[in-house]
Amino acid sequence: MTALTLTNLCKSFGSVEVLKDINLTVEDGEFVVFVGPSGCGKSTLLRVIAGLEDASSGTVEIGGSIVNSVPPAKRGIAMVFQSYALYPHLSVRDNMALGLKQENQPKSVIAERVGKAIEMLDLGAYVDRQPADLSGGQRQRVAIGRAIVREPKLFLFDEPLSNLDAALRMNTRIEIAELHRTLSASMIYVTHDQTEAMTLADKIVVLRDGRVEQVGSPMDLYNNPANQFVAGFLGSPAMNFLKKVPLNIPEDGALGLRPEHLRPTKGGRIKGAVTHVERLGGDTNLLVTTEGQEALTVRIFGQDDTRVGAEIELDFDDSTAFLFDAQQQRVPYAI
Amino acid sequence: MNVARQNRLNSLAAHGALILYTVIALFPVFVIVINSFKTRKAIFREPLALPDAESFSLIGYETVLKQGDFFLYFQNSMIVTVGSLFFILLFGAMAAFALAEYRFKGNTLMGLYLALGIMIPIRIGTVAILEMMVQTGLVNTLWALILVYTAQGLPLAVFILSEFMRQVSDDLKNAGRIDGLSEYRIFFRLVLPLVRPAMATVAVFNMIPIWNDLWFPLILAPSEEVKTLTLGSQVFIGQFVTDWNAVLSALSLAILPVMALYVVFSRQLIRGITSGAVK
Repeated sequence: MTALTLTNLCKSFGSVEVLKDINLTVEDGEFVVFVGPSGCGKSTLLRVIAGLEDASSGTVEIGGSIVNSVPPAKRGIAMVFQSYALYPHLSVRDNMALGLKQENQPKSVIAERVGKAIEMLDLGAYVDRQPADLSGGQRQRVAIGRAIVREPKLFLFDEPLSNLDAALRMNTRIEIAELHRTLSASMIYVTHDQTEAMTLADKIVVLRDGRVEQVGSPMDLYNNPANQFVAGFLGSPAMNFLKKVPLNIPEDGALGLRPEHLRPTKGGRIKGAVTHVERLGGDTNLLVTTEGQEALTVRIFGQDDTRVGAEIELDFDDSTAFLFDAQQQRVPYAI
Repeated sequence: MNVARQNRLNSLAAHGALILYTVIALFPVFVIVINSFKTRKAIFREPLALPDAESFSLIGYETVLKQGDFFLYFQNSMIVTVGSLFFILLFGAMAAFALAEYRFKGNTLMGLYLALGIMIPIRIGTVAILEMMVQTGLVNTLWALILVYTAQGLPLAVFILSEFMRQVSDDLKNAGRIDGLSEYRIFFRLVLPLVRPAMATVAVFNMIPIWNDLWFPLILAPSEEVKTLTLGSQVFIGQFVTDWNAVLSALSLAILPVMALYVVFSRQLIRGITSGAVK
């Protein structure tokens, strides 16, 4: 069964088109990540799915029934927000229970589900606290708990980790991945962070300017990006795009090379000078300016003693290079 | 004490300025209160002297309590003030919520229209208001005053509250919607508590002018049983003789309820309860 189907979905605010003809399916139990730069419409798309915004045209289908005119509370969804959005006047327990109370669930069911969520998220010590007395990570766990207790057909996450610091972000990311495994629920997760997208997703949807650029598994997108935008968006450091190298590149097109696929080689095809070196311990990033005055990043595994200002010659395997035409679409590699 | 941030001279100067301002602001009130406890002669002989054994007298308070129905006046003023504040806050907050929360055609225009009243004094329309009140039979009722004061207070209330409501996190309201709360519960249970400090500000801004107003009570509700305190106090001010003891005593008494109301609202002013809702 499919958890979510979007058909020809469009959304505009006044004359501004925010979402343009989106078609998408989310299978049962799938973890789908919407990723894209800020302003690409990914949060709007999530809000349309949640029913917080109306679609201008097209249909939203959750669990097999069209829900275009169903209010958010009756769509069988639960949402976790970036700013946690806990009810400030309610305790942790009541925050979680409110949604179920609104559904008129019997008290025993509420107590059981809330208890289970509290145990699952390790919130036992905080049940009677107010949100103001919790740390950011704890608040986000309460917010996730509030979503779990509703046992929704579809979980929606709106950049849930953006307000957490780096260490906590990684922990919570792993918790969310575990949660997905335990609940085997369908989840949609919105982020602008490509690391979160790569690590969590079964399927990534890359959005730009309200359009779906490409859909696929993380490794699919990494290894076979359909266009220059997807290639540049996924992977860190980002892919290098060269236009002025003495190679046979399509007119106005670009040669795409991932930093980790470049290596210093005597007599390599790309020549340049090192302008900056980032030593991260585990690996080293060299920032290079090529002969054609284009900036380039090279990622070398392990430690490297290259100095700033050194001349460098770089090469790559043809099988790891990508070619893009003037329309930024990928073309078969042939140099 | 943190020496880098706090300089003794600066803090002295700041306190000095604040104390000076407080003294200037409180001086008239102080003069009213001390003179209300003095004999008529003492008031004129030495207006700034404190009451002593010789000049102390409660004659003003006795007159006030004997003449006229002062408790009724008090009650009327209280009903009008509290009633008006209630409606200003209720309708002001509702209008502000709609303006801040919902996208509809003419939203900005509606906001401007509602704010127009800030620039146009309501007293310009006195004649029309009086005619309207006569036709609806509301003259000489407290409702006439409550309605007029509500109209007078709404523009500023809508203006201030809609600014504050825009700052309430969208995520919180949306979380409520997903949990199945109705728009009314979102408004009353989630949004209103978060804008309580702003509501208190609006209440304080509106309370004093309503309590002190003489104009509308005089025109719309001058009869004995609906007189407000300010209007009631006027009986002591005559064309030829003014009973200053009674006037000052009445004014001193009039300060008390406003002060009580102010204390209630100012605690809300200070308390910020947003922490924990967002981030």
